[in-house]
Amino acid sequence: MSATGIGAPVRRKEDHRFITGQGRYTDDINRPGQAHAYFLRSPHAHATLKKIDTKAAAAMPGVLGIFTGDDLAADKIGGLICGWMIHNKDGSPMKAGPHPALAQGKVRYVGDHVAVVVAETLAQARDAAEAIEVDYGVLPAVVDTATAAQAKTQLHAEAPGNTVFNWHLGDKDATEKAFKAAKHVTKLDLVNNRLVPNAMEPRAAVGDYDQGEGAFTLYTTSQNPHVARLVLSAFIGIAPENKLRVIAPDVGGGFGSKIFIYAEETVCVWAAKKVGRPVKWTSDRTEAFLSDAHGRDHVTHAELATDAEGKILGMRVKTTANLGAYLSTFSSSVPTYLYAPLLSGQYDIPAIYCEVDAVYTNTAPVDAYRGAGRPEATFVVERLIEVTARQLGKDPAKFRMQNYIKKFPHQTPVIMMYDTGNYGASMKKALELIDYKGFAKRKRDSGRNGKLRGIGFSSYIEACGIAPSAAVGSLGAGVGLWESAEVRVNPIGTIEVLTGSHSHGQGHETTFAQLVSDRLGVPLENVSIVHGDTDKVQMGMGTYGSRSGAVGMSAIAKALDKVIAKGKKVAAYVLEADEADIDFKDGNFLVKGTDRKLDFGSCALQAYVAHKFNGQDLEPGLKEGAFYDPTNFTFPAGVHICELEIDPDTGVTRIERWAAVDDFGNVINPMIVEGQVHGGIAQGVGQALLEGARYNADGQLVTASFMDYCMPRADDLPSFQVGMTVTPCPSNPLGIKGCGEAGAIASPPAVINAITDALGHEDIAMPATPQAVWRAAQKTLSRMAAE
Amino acid sequence: MYAFTYHRPTSARQAAGLLAKKEDAKLLAGGHTLLPTMKQRLASPAALVDLSSCADLKGIARKGRNVVIGAMTTHAEVAASPDVQEAIPALAYLASHIGDPHVRHRGTIGGSVANNDPAADYPAALLALGATIVTNQRKLSAAEFFTGLYETALEEGEIITKVSFPLASKAGYAKFRNPASRYALVGVFVAKRGSEIAVAVTGAGEGGVFRWPEAEAALKARFTAKSLDGLKHPAKGINADMHADAEYRAHLIGVMAKQAVAQATGKA
Amino acid sequence: MANVTMTVNGKAVTANVDPRTLLVQFLREHLRLTGTHVGCDTSQCGACVVHLDGKAVKSCTTLALACEGASVTTIEGLASGGALHPMQEAFREHHGLQCGFCTPGMIMSAVDMVNRRGHALDEKTIREDLDGNICRCTGYHNIVKAVAAGAEAMGKGAAPVRQAAE
Repeated sequence: MSATGIGAPVRRKEDHRFITGQGRYTDDINRPGQAHAYFLRSPHAHATLKKIDTKAAAAMPGVLGIFTGDDLAADKIGGLICGWMIHNKDGSPMKAGPHPALAQGKVRYVGDHVAVVVAETLAQARDAAEAIEVDYGVLPAVVDTATAAQAKTQLHAEAPGNTVFNWHLGDKDATEKAFKAAKHVTKLDLVNNRLVPNAMEPRAAVGDYDQGEGAFTLYTTSQNPHVARLVLSAFIGIAPENKLRVIAPDVGGGFGSKIFIYAEETVCVWAAKKVGRPVKWTSDRTEAFLSDAHGRDHVTHAELATDAEGKILGMRVKTTANLGAYLSTFSSSVPTYLYAPLLSGQYDIPAIYCEVDAVYTNTAPVDAYRGAGRPEATFVVERLIEVTARQLGKDPAKFRMQNYIKKFPHQTPVIMMYDTGNYGASMKKALELIDYKGFAKRKRDSGRNGKLRGIGFSSYIEACGIAPSAAVGSLGAGVGLWESAEVRVNPIGTIEVLTGSHSHGQGHETTFAQLVSDRLGVPLENVSIVHGDTDKVQMGMGTYGSRSGAVGMSAIAKALDKVIAKGKKVAAYVLEADEADIDFKDGNFLVKGTDRKLDFGSCALQAYVAHKFNGQDLEPGLKEGAFYDPTNFTFPAGVHICELEIDPDTGVTRIERWAAVDDFGNVINPMIVEGQVHGGIAQGVGQALLEGARYNADGQLVTASFMDYCMPRADDLPSFQVGMTVTPCPSNPLGIKGCGEAGAIASPPAVINAITDALGHEDIAMPATPQAVWRAAQKTLSRMAAE
Repeated sequence: MYAFTYHRPTSARQAAGLLAKKEDAKLLAGGHTLLPTMKQRLASPAALVDLSSCADLKGIARKGRNVVIGAMTTHAEVAASPDVQEAIPALAYLASHIGDPHVRHRGTIGGSVANNDPAADYPAALLALGATIVTNQRKLSAAEFFTGLYETALEEGEIITKVSFPLASKAGYAKFRNPASRYALVGVFVAKRGSEIAVAVTGAGEGGVFRWPEAEAALKARFTAKSLDGLKHPAKGINADMHADAEYRAHLIGVMAKQAVAQATGKA
Repeated sequence: MANVTMTVNGKAVTANVDPRTLLVQFLREHLRLTGTHVGCDTSQCGACVVHLDGKAVKSCTTLALACEGASVTTIEGLASGGALHPMQEAFREHHGLQCGFCTPGMIMSAVDMVNRRGHALDEKTIREDLDGNICRCTGYHNIVKAVAAGAEAMGKGAAPVRQAAE
């Protein structure tokens, strides 16, 4: 392994600009003549728009334009789309209500977009927005996930019973049979709490229109600028793709929330032409809480059947998923194909049946948030497993190992074909890291100090690196999920790699360059990674679903293979040898069995000078592109163990130890991978202990700022012990599985399993806040007193 | 924010003049409540009178049996003051736990006291220690000063100039933070001055800071955390919100009171 | 409109601003120093932290006019010449950043922490003192390591130049 190649903990190339304040985020971009947009948002969760009077507002100082849904309709601007079709149990398509970028006729959640004011300054735009008179016909709000389908009020005419779809997966009959044969059945009711992603950089957009060219440019906080362009072009109808450039510069975290195509960037780019000026909008944090797509929000009943020996026989799950007021870009896929196919976990479960009802409510749209469906599935599986072990009186680690899948490939009853893994190895390592043997003593010590100590396991699996285009297409995806790369070798051997992946914290500029450095034997500093601009990178699918390594880098690897193949041809001419006799090793083209060689830089120069070969026999230049479509999902898996201590007097829970052992397949940069694990765990711990978006009965978001929505801070978390095991992934050339979401997927059940272990009962929901834990602990204390 | 004019007097006297002269003027101390409120357009003063250059409002002095703190003294200055640390360490401790380090560099005792946020820390210390609030017009006891949620006895045009704290033989402060905002969900300040014992509670009262006479009586018998064993504050009149209902908050008053006494008696 | 004069990263600057202008807006919009960020509206996230007369403050909760005559240091002014500040170097070395958005505020807060608490910082102290800074990417694990290492490096003669100037 070289100091900068695959497997080396290379310090990040991108860091210098971030630590010196030279990062370039969307809000840092200002265009000449720029005006500012302010969105007038609905204060009501559900209301008809009887009248919008903008006359007085339009006359206010600095106002350049005020637009409503009628203006978008008049320009034939289409609504926002949901790009994943789900079919009901009866085969009929899901019921999708229209989603205009500015409300038409009705508003459906607090924060919904009523009008936009474009003015010289933001203050002027906001002043004018306050002068817009809106006559709302307030309607009752539908808020509760579990009962939305029974509500008397309907959000969309297209969706009776506020139901988007009734979907299912698995073999119902086989599952019923398994339960009939069972010796033991565990039953749990679970809520997967609603979360607000809260990337630290709020969303922002700058729309610009070049009248001479008739072309638009949109700077936006996007994880996938090409998908944004595709949707804005093909579905919303802003402009054809060749007249619409989308640039996503440095993006300050996404976690899913910046995948989607939102109203604000749509309106900014459209309005730029309307007012003849660049139009900028930057979300403040309150707007972000109200209008960023939220995550999770499931209500589930789940059951697990086992035989007398504790062998799992079957699982059945019934979930209601809240998708909010409108279907966001990929919302329908999250509680379906990103959820139910993971219900087999790491276990050999012969029969699984899962039903999912998705409902509309008067709340912000819900879509993918770090893990997307897989944390929800893991929470169901790992809570069921832990509780079953307790009810059967088995050690939770041993019970898991008893039921682990041990032979690969393994076909689950819910679509997935697991390719490889060694779950027992991860468990063994995690038990060592946490010192499981010493736990009983630590628990006794805590007890002597009046504290309750608990340990909780989570053996998660995820399907990521999404994914084979044909596979996702058959499941309803509107697009294929391949990735593209182009490797441009310059005449002196420096290299630009253009990728359709998009880095917003993942460190692609380093990791991707490591691959190139490793393969071509060139110094790291000679490699630049170009991403986030549709005018530079031709096409790409972006970064989400832990796919940039497995899919994005595989595309680069494929393009690098082509570069080397072309280089061999050039070298053959230069070295006057047969192409078949040329080897490429450590940055040199060598003639087998001789000491004749050509270094990579010289080969590049020769490719462009093109004196040594005939242009008809070999094209000059050294530039290759590739599209890579994987053959399967990848299946990262691992074991996280959480050990914590509860103060029953205050309800405060302190995480004392955390062991994470993950199998991500081959790892390019372990430093970056561990960082991804840390961050994922923090978000999962946040979900389990601190975070929860709450609407009141009127549909007002009562956790709309950091004052009330509890973000994890440094003193809420411990340091983590992170270990790895490796089974290389067979479905891509690099053997990578992906690491971006694992922590967030694994951690919530580990925390809740530890808390319920400490409490000695299962009566606690997420987030397990001090108040909730205190109340649950009183139950524990009174039981202990009774014993 | 809505538009306003900005004024920066260099003395309390000048500030009072501006406050009287300018229509709808508000005093700006550290700004950590007022400016966020103005950013959200929930407050719209026509004029801001910034007290940060009034040298006569700053500083900490030991005067006999009192520690006197200028209104524009920041939380960080109070926390770091050797005078405060020596005279009333619990007060330095309290100041060192307000907000976060950046907030403590700007936030001031005068601003905090004048705002009387029901979840602020200082009101508990003032009430328990029997502090005197000195304004440009008069002197008020803490008991007279704090009159309700965000309400004080301050009259129009009145400016807090300093707060005078009598020394206590023993004092302690314990706070249970709101996990999100990090304000006091419940904060309890206990002080023993001679035979007089005060237990003041912030964060929990429907009407703002208040005293807990039952705890005071229990501590009078013996000033030790054990004296509070079994003593429960009733949930009636206690704040309830999504972070803590009245029952939990009332329970935390007892827990924090014990912790405060333990700190005061050097047993924390 | 009103005039304001202050020193930013060692340079005197004067401008005519609307009294509503916050220090962070003054830095970002008037001076184009966009390294200081805005991540919330409630003075909690700390992405906007700069040093005002040598002390870390939230520039989103400070009026520009209130900084008359003051000396302000932003992330852009922390490195001296070509050399990174030891705290910047520590964040890079220990992978204390991912998306980079909270990073300028984190680094400015960390330097302030060292100024207040010295060079030997244990994990508990660092975690508690980072109360005013929120990061969504790193889980803080590597930030804590970076701050400890940066604090130690600052003690080894690599004194913060800008701090000394103040």
